[in-house]
Amino acid sequence: MAKKKTIRTIPQERTPMREQDPQARAKNFEEVACGYSPEDAQRESERCLMCPDEPCISGCPVGIDIPGFIQKINEKNLRGAYDILTDTNLLPSICGRVCPQENQCEGVCTVGDSLEAVAIGRLERFVGDTAIKEGWVNIPFIEPNRFKVGIVGSGPAGMACAADMAKAGCDVTVYEAFHQAGGVLKYGIPDFRLPNEVIDAEINNLKKFGVKFECNTLVGRLFTIEQMIDEMGFHAVFVGVGAGYPTMLNIPGDSLNGVLSANELLTRCNLMRARDFPNFDTPLPIGRRVAVVGAGNTAMDATRVSIRLGAEKVYCVYRRSRTEAPARAEEVHHAEQEGVEFHWLTAPVAVLDDGKGSVRGMRCVRMELGEPDDSGRRRPVPVAGSEFDFEADLIVYAIGTNANPIMGQTSKLKLNKWGYIGADENLATSVAGVFAGGDIVTGAATVIEAMGAGRKAARSMKAYLGIRDSALAYSQADGAGTLFGIDTRERNFARVRIA
Amino acid sequence: MNANAMSNFEIVAREDFSDVTYLLEVRHPLMSKAAKPGQFVIVMLNEQGERIPLTIADFDRKKGTITLVIQAVGKTTKQMQQECKVGTVLYGMVGPMGIPSPISHAKKVVCVGGGLGVAPIFPQARGFKEAGAYVIAVLGFRNKDLVFWEEKFKGCCDELILCTNDGSAGMKGMITDGIKVAMAGHSDIDEVVAIGPPVMMKACADATRAAKIKTMVSVNPIMVDGTGMCGGCRVKVGDQVKFACVDGPDFDGHLVDFDDLMLRLSRYTKVEKEAHERWSESCRMAKQVGAHALDALARGRAGQAELLELPDPFEDAPGG
Repeated sequence: MAKKKTIRTIPQERTPMREQDPQARAKNFEEVACGYSPEDAQRESERCLMCPDEPCISGCPVGIDIPGFIQKINEKNLRGAYDILTDTNLLPSICGRVCPQENQCEGVCTVGDSLEAVAIGRLERFVGDTAIKEGWVNIPFIEPNRFKVGIVGSGPAGMACAADMAKAGCDVTVYEAFHQAGGVLKYGIPDFRLPNEVIDAEINNLKKFGVKFECNTLVGRLFTIEQMIDEMGFHAVFVGVGAGYPTMLNIPGDSLNGVLSANELLTRCNLMRARDFPNFDTPLPIGRRVAVVGAGNTAMDATRVSIRLGAEKVYCVYRRSRTEAPARAEEVHHAEQEGVEFHWLTAPVAVLDDGKGSVRGMRCVRMELGEPDDSGRRRPVPVAGSEFDFEADLIVYAIGTNANPIMGQTSKLKLNKWGYIGADENLATSVAGVFAGGDIVTGAATVIEAMGAGRKAARSMKAYLGIRDSALAYSQADGAGTLFGIDTRERNFARVRIA
Repeated sequence: MNANAMSNFEIVAREDFSDVTYLLEVRHPLMSKAAKPGQFVIVMLNEQGERIPLTIADFDRKKGTITLVIQAVGKTTKQMQQECKVGTVLYGMVGPMGIPSPISHAKKVVCVGGGLGVAPIFPQARGFKEAGAYVIAVLGFRNKDLVFWEEKFKGCCDELILCTNDGSAGMKGMITDGIKVAMAGHSDIDEVVAIGPPVMMKACADATRAAKIKTMVSVNPIMVDGTGMCGGCRVKVGDQVKFACVDGPDFDGHLVDFDDLMLRLSRYTKVEKEAHERWSESCRMAKQVGAHALDALARGRAGQAELLELPDPFEDAPGG
């Protein structure tokens, strides 16, 4: 290694990433952020101090060896960088794009204490994209065992769990209710943020590991979780079905034509390709003025999709202020650049009827911030007499989702009081052999957290099945107090199958 | 059970009941085992297609098939009418979706099917019969030519009341007239189950309201995924908002806000019509290859007006 770098000797400015011009991109669905060139990546890799305490690694939900892969980029060994990334993260192109790095690895980066943090996400994406372009796949040595593992849901949690179980030698089948695999990555996150080709490339890599994908399969209704274990020969099942049941506001006018959930808008546009109507059959008339309620990442996606579909005006209405907005700062910034009009501290009161059953506008009230609430954010309080109306012909609710009820309706899995699947610290559910993770356990969260949960569940499943995984070392502390990952007091051992 | 019994959605039988109504039997052994009365599937004709919800009209566990009865009302259902032949495959079919209809312990049940709703009421009638109930079927069609499955119903019902709008088969009258006949003949009806266009189900619910007879209806609003994700299928039931795909599709007919349901069904009428026009135009153009261009165009325009005529509201089915 060369002589030790210091904060003074590294490039001071974070290497910018080329972006499509806001005016041009507001009219297309191509990716906004164009990615680093090899030169950009090389320069940015210089900025990593290789500091000994490596806070970034603990800031990453899956614990990627971040300094390690950046070092390889710096040595111009991209294949080596990819190898390090794929040791812990099989989907670098996806995570590099959609992780909230500012709250994770980059948020704790040592360089970030005095300068802008190292652009870890951009570097990760650069390596992942290079691998797709070059056709690199890291297929580890897999020694097949006799275990059959079923994964319910092909979103990020399911994909991550499937990868680990396949690597451990299991025969893995992933079931998906939609006609295409990918879950929220496909139906939710728009192409301009995460192109479908990237998702398909990552799914194809999983297929090369021997993972089977069965689409058009609604688990719970076509067959139940219990049937998978009792009749279909699965030794363990992972449930990662997400929390896709959209919340409506429950204000007057909710059911008018022109009021829809962000899920519906995004699914129509992204998965069903309504943006290519009439070449694709699913319609999505966008309206002239669109108001999106909420300020999370989904809300930002909804505003930006609306702009691209040709809405003249797109408003984003949020009852708290910009500081409290849950969306990634970059997404809010991008939406702003593309012409979205933000109305902070504004809460909808009613959707207005045009007299023919369609939306004519929205009545809102101004808010101010009061004392902090349970979430630690300052509670918005309505300002008396501040109600006002504005015109809109499409209202999109992006105010969060609830647990999907199908698993609860069709299985004996214990649910918590909010309807999410109850799971212990090892992500084991109340049914022996069945594990759950991602949004269906925690409520709506991020892609990387779901992937982290998928991997954690995989670790528990391996312990449950008695699979020793020599390729990966796990901390012993995790298994304390449990036998095969099952809490000895809680589990019914009748169904346990040991190799 | 074998997970490899997954289907490629092959169409194994087809029957045309009329110019607009057709039956498709799709091979899906696993689904035929799981399906219960009242459930539905979502079908995609091809990769570019939309996802359309269709109620399961029958299932044959021995043959391993699912039966769908479809009415050609929109672009997709017309295209399916044209393209779905025996031996062809659907791009996708997922299900069975929704909560199965509760086959209650009712002793005397009236199963009401209007137009296309006659098909999905069949498994319920059969289910009630198997549960030991006295089953009266009230079936309504516009005219004699549209009648189907009369014999099939006779096989599982104790009484059959057939109504047609013009009296060309069975009794002349609306379906509610048929219900009135059933109610006049029996004072001890425990339950009415009605499936058909919303306007018909609304009329049925109104017909039984005064007598306080429990009336279940099966709603079929606009859906995308059918798994509780999009919320497009929300319906007002009493003072609650329910998602038909996962909380239904069966609800208490006396509580469903049908006006709201009908309004929401009209949401995509305009674009749907445009898509249909474009499609029928392209079909016609394809047929006219070689013919004189002007001639083709002229004929295309003439034919269009005819196709744009809405089907009989009595049989108007949403979706597709």
